[in-house]
Amino acid sequence: MLPPIFGVLFDGIAYGMLLFVLSVGLSVTLGLMNFVNLAHCAFAMVGGYVTVTLVNTYNWPFIATLPVAFIVTALISVVFERVFYRRLYRASDLDQVLLTIGLAFVSVAVAAYFFGTLQQPIPTPAFLRGSQQVLGLGLGNYRIFLIVTALIVTVLVVAGLEYTRFGAMVRAAVDNQRMASGLGINVDATFAITFAIGSGLAGLGGALAIEIVGLDPSFSFTYLVYVLIVVAVGGLGSIAGSFIAAMLIGISDIAGKYYFPELGAFLIYLVMIAVLLWKPSGLFGKR
Amino acid sequence: MADVPLTPRAYLQAQSRWTPVEIAFWLATLLPFWLLPDYLSLASQVAITALFALSLDILLGYAGVVSLGHAAFFGIGAYTAGLFSKFVWGAPLPGLLVAAIVSAASGFVVSLIVARFRHFTLIMLTLGIGLLMQEIANRAHWLTGGSDGLQGISINKVLGAFNFDLYGYTAYGYSLAVLFILFLCARRIVHSPFGLALRGIRENWTRMPAIGAPSRAHVRMAFTIAAAMAGIAGALLTQTTQSAALESISFGRSADVLVMLVLGGAGRLYGGLIGAAIFMVARDQFSGIAPQYWYFWIGLLLIGVVMFLPNGILGGLSALAARWRKS
Amino acid sequence: MEKVVTATPEIALSTRGLSKQFGSLAVTQDVTIDLPKGVRYALIGPNGAGKTTLINLITGMLKPDGGSILLGADDVTSLEPQQRVTRGLARTFQINTLFPSLNPLEAVTLAVAERRREAGEFWTSLSSHAESIEEAYGILARLKLGEVCYQPTRQLPYGRQRLLEIALALATRPKVLLLDEPAAGVPQEESGDIFEAVANLSNDLTLLFIEHDMHVVFRFASHIIVLVGGAIFTQGSPAEISADPRVREVYLGTRQHG
Ligand SMILES: Nc1ncnc2c1ncn2[C@@H]1O[C@H](COP(=O)(O)OP(=O)(O)OP(=O)(O)O)[C@@H](O)[C@H]1O
Ligand SMILES: [Mg+2]
Repeated sequence: MLPPIFGVLFDGIAYGMLLFVLSVGLSVTLGLMNFVNLAHCAFAMVGGYVTVTLVNTYNWPFIATLPVAFIVTALISVVFERVFYRRLYRASDLDQVLLTIGLAFVSVAVAAYFFGTLQQPIPTPAFLRGSQQVLGLGLGNYRIFLIVTALIVTVLVVAGLEYTRFGAMVRAAVDNQRMASGLGINVDATFAITFAIGSGLAGLGGALAIEIVGLDPSFSFTYLVYVLIVVAVGGLGSIAGSFIAAMLIGISDIAGKYYFPELGAFLIYLVMIAVLLWKPSGLFGKR
Repeated sequence: MADVPLTPRAYLQAQSRWTPVEIAFWLATLLPFWLLPDYLSLASQVAITALFALSLDILLGYAGVVSLGHAAFFGIGAYTAGLFSKFVWGAPLPGLLVAAIVSAASGFVVSLIVARFRHFTLIMLTLGIGLLMQEIANRAHWLTGGSDGLQGISINKVLGAFNFDLYGYTAYGYSLAVLFILFLCARRIVHSPFGLALRGIRENWTRMPAIGAPSRAHVRMAFTIAAAMAGIAGALLTQTTQSAALESISFGRSADVLVMLVLGGAGRLYGGLIGAAIFMVARDQFSGIAPQYWYFWIGLLLIGVVMFLPNGILGGLSALAARWRKS
Repeated sequence: MEKVVTATPEIALSTRGLSKQFGSLAVTQDVTIDLPKGVRYALIGPNGAGKTTLINLITGMLKPDGGSILLGADDVTSLEPQQRVTRGLARTFQINTLFPSLNPLEAVTLAVAERRREAGEFWTSLSSHAESIEEAYGILARLKLGEVCYQPTRQLPYGRQRLLEIALALATRPKVLLLDEPAAGVPQEESGDIFEAVANLSNDLTLLFIEHDMHVVFRFASHIIVLVGGAIFTQGSPAEISADPRVREVYLGTRQHG
């Protein structure tokens, strides 16, 4: 028999995994272009609505919608990248903040227009409901599924960055942009593709998040804060940093809500401020 | 451009001279008393919000410091004024003073942290601190009333003579007077050597140390001044509405003030005032529509301003005026 | 130069075993130099040799991995960049690092006001600081920037902007001035103006300048340091350096291909 703390830990890890999938794309694009993208969670929301629509309207199986959520979000994001983001790579942080807050505002309204402001019904299939009894702990099936999926994503992302030619270009560009473009790497195209993949992952995260945190138009902002905190704590452009930060924030948030419900979101804000004061560029930041 | 070459001093003096447009602007702020007596409460809200935007202009428009948590100081001022009236003294002016001192002190403490950073870290820290303050105000129910708002505020007559009336004569007169006085202060600050240093920080953070400038000390000072002004704006809201709510310290308010300032044009003192007026009046006119659709238009506006009108309305107007003068 | 040196000259600036790595790239390796007071040194070396990095280290814009920096007799290694400026160490930038929307008068007045510790005053009007303004205008006039001093910096011709780089540095009243390619990117016929301005600087000023044009180097420098791959390759008088075949090979060789 394990004490309930392990259950809290398990939930925290599952939540952390979700945060990692949601935030890893933002971390890489921020590291690559220093672009402050506050519309990242708007892309995550797109993925969520793709899945909801496919399951509820077209009766697709939930699992089959996940790759579609990824692809549709990636495609939409690349359009935005070409039309809006690209023009502001050299602009001030303020302009980037304003543009992307603007996009996030618009996304909220568009989602409300098409889907209403209510929480979406949860499209998870029966076999992902319920839980497994392990050493006296009830581990939710969906959370197990979430952890496995997130681990697969992590492996794919890390392998993609470590072992492919494209990954090497991304790493070179994150490391030293001046040198990378000197070596003939097309930083612009590299960024567009990375942006698409990163947003696609956010879309996947948005789809996976429905069961855990729900989906309504305010998603663009509610989870933005979590994602930004993960990125800030982990350090821009660091996959390992994002992973560890996501775990840290996921576990602190769940544990905080379980043991100190009166504190609310206090704990994670404090964690972030403390980490930034201790290491201004995050736990694994390079700058 | 003048035809006769100016001496350097005369040139700098001319930069800070009052223009007829400015004088006309301030005279126009008196018009609502006669022309729009039914809208004086709204006018008072506009003046308060304009003061808040002006405070952000010093930080963002002049020093180039992006803050996503400026409402923290507005809220601190609002709650301080409310608590002061409830537990100490209901006189408005001492309330403003205490709110200014408390928010300036909080601003100074926060500046010790944030003045060391730029870019993403700075944005995250201001956002985080803003959210933290909001959460504190929400959780400290015993002190702030949490989401119910602070109850039991009662404010005495302004200067012992003017009661806060139902029509908002006193509210608007009081808010406008405070706004004007603080505007004069802000105007003085931006035309001082310190104001020039802030512009230097905005224009080139890397160069400043190379000319021997202690940029961080300057940013701390700017942050403290801006926090004090924001706190006074918050206190005005509490006093004129006799209430203080969580909304005054929320992220939404931080985002709104940023939108107003950028819409009007940052770094020109009047941008925030004009942006606040347009924003508040528009919101009043469209108060029937659901908030998410209101933010749809704000979002479009932001995208439009960033893409097509980088210096806001005033920037656009002055560019037009320059072109017109040339031709 | 006199042949017989009786006393060791007073040293204005020196570095001791300075080193810096960017990742695995060693951009500064064990650099030890001494600049005697009032001399004009040139720092030369092929592109990417680490010249700008060395200036960044000396001025504190980068933190060295090892070694120390002395200004006069004082160790300034742990001081912030602006504290070093206050002690008389100024620099210019290879790539214009100016205040685009300020005009030269405002920019230089700001630098003067910072030096005179007036820039923290927020309750006095800028135009009341007559002495600072006059001093700033004097510097601008000396560098032939007087007639453009009300134009926003971003509208100035590039050559004028290079002069403004120098004006900003001079406004700090430096004892030691480091010039990073003051005429970089300026057409040949205009670069004369810039070096004329440099040549007219006070003789008390200790000067280290980076420059690729060897004619200019031989004309203005009394001593030349050659940096290759982040390390000091050799140093000596212009005559010694121009006679050194290895320098020709290393330096001029790469330049011609680049
Ligand atoms: N911030 C940085 N991060 C990583 N590498 C850098 C950085 N700054 C410079 N480098 C690298 O360090 C080396 C030295 O650069 P530096 O600018 O000091 O050369 P330099 O001698 O001034 O060259 P140039 O004559 O082109 O101005 C170069 O290979 C450059 O790419
Ligand atoms: Mg260089």
